[in-house]
Amino acid sequence: MDHDMTCKELVELVTDYLEGTLPAEIRTRMEKHLSGCDGCTNYLEQMRQTIRLTGQVREENLTATQRDDLLRLFRGWKNN
Amino acid sequence: MKAMDTELDEMAFLDLLRQRDEMAFTRLVEQYHASLVRLARLFVGDERLAEELSQETWIAVLQGVDQFEGRSSLKTWIFTILTNKAKTRSRREHRSFVFSDFADEAIESPTVPAERFKDASAGASVHHWAVEPSSWAGIPEEKVLSEESLRLIRQTIEELPDNQRAVITLRDIEECSTQEICNILGISESNLRVLLHRARARVREALEAYLKPEH
Repeated sequence: MDHDMTCKELVELVTDYLEGTLPAEIRTRMEKHLSGCDGCTNYLEQMRQTIRLTGQVREENLTATQRDDLLRLFRGWKNN
Repeated sequence: MKAMDTELDEMAFLDLLRQRDEMAFTRLVEQYHASLVRLARLFVGDERLAEELSQETWIAVLQGVDQFEGRSSLKTWIFTILTNKAKTRSRREHRSFVFSDFADEAIESPTVPAERFKDASAGASVHHWAVEPSSWAGIPEEKVLSEESLRLIRQTIEELPDNQRAVITLRDIEECSTQEICNILGISESNLRVLLHRARARVREALEAYLKPEH
């Protein structure tokens, strides 16, 4: 890419950008584009939020049955 | 619950487990059992079977804890036991499950629909959104992080192709490292990032539709 980065190109680089795997030169060009583009700035921020929200979907609570089953396993092992 | 924060904690915790401490075991299953079931579901589809594989994993953990040397983290060790069991099981059931199989989707296709952009005619600006993404900053957190948006995210992930679902589950829900995911799924880092990008883009798209300002 020897031209200025376009919005269409930028959106496909967002994951590499957020994962920190973008080569420095491309990163610089991306940041240059972002500094003048509200649409892409919002897109990047939406991706950050998407990652944050996805991290909230864990369901942690064990059901009583699951807990009982697992404790039975544990006691069986302990008394062996 | 957050992952155990220091290596020291984990060693002390392992000692308790080796002494057959029931509280330590309870804490461990509370932290990881749901994750194991979720991980198993990536390989075997069926909820009951996923539960069974997770239980078998706990048996293997208990039987192996005296020999476990702590060269990997406890989490990686437990996840690896589950993964090996799940892979064996899915092979036995002739589910031809290959995580590196990209045949289901052309990986070069854009993740944002072309109609979101204006035609890139000669001399056009590089800033060419036709429908610009809006900021979510003004939306109340109760709406952004509502039960409904979490349900939407779960549903969107559930409908993704297997390999994308696996990658986003491990990376963004289980918060595994890139290296852990590559080991678990047997894919390269660059494949992982392509799949993760597509998966996240789909979830973002679903959220965008949900969070769109009402007219």
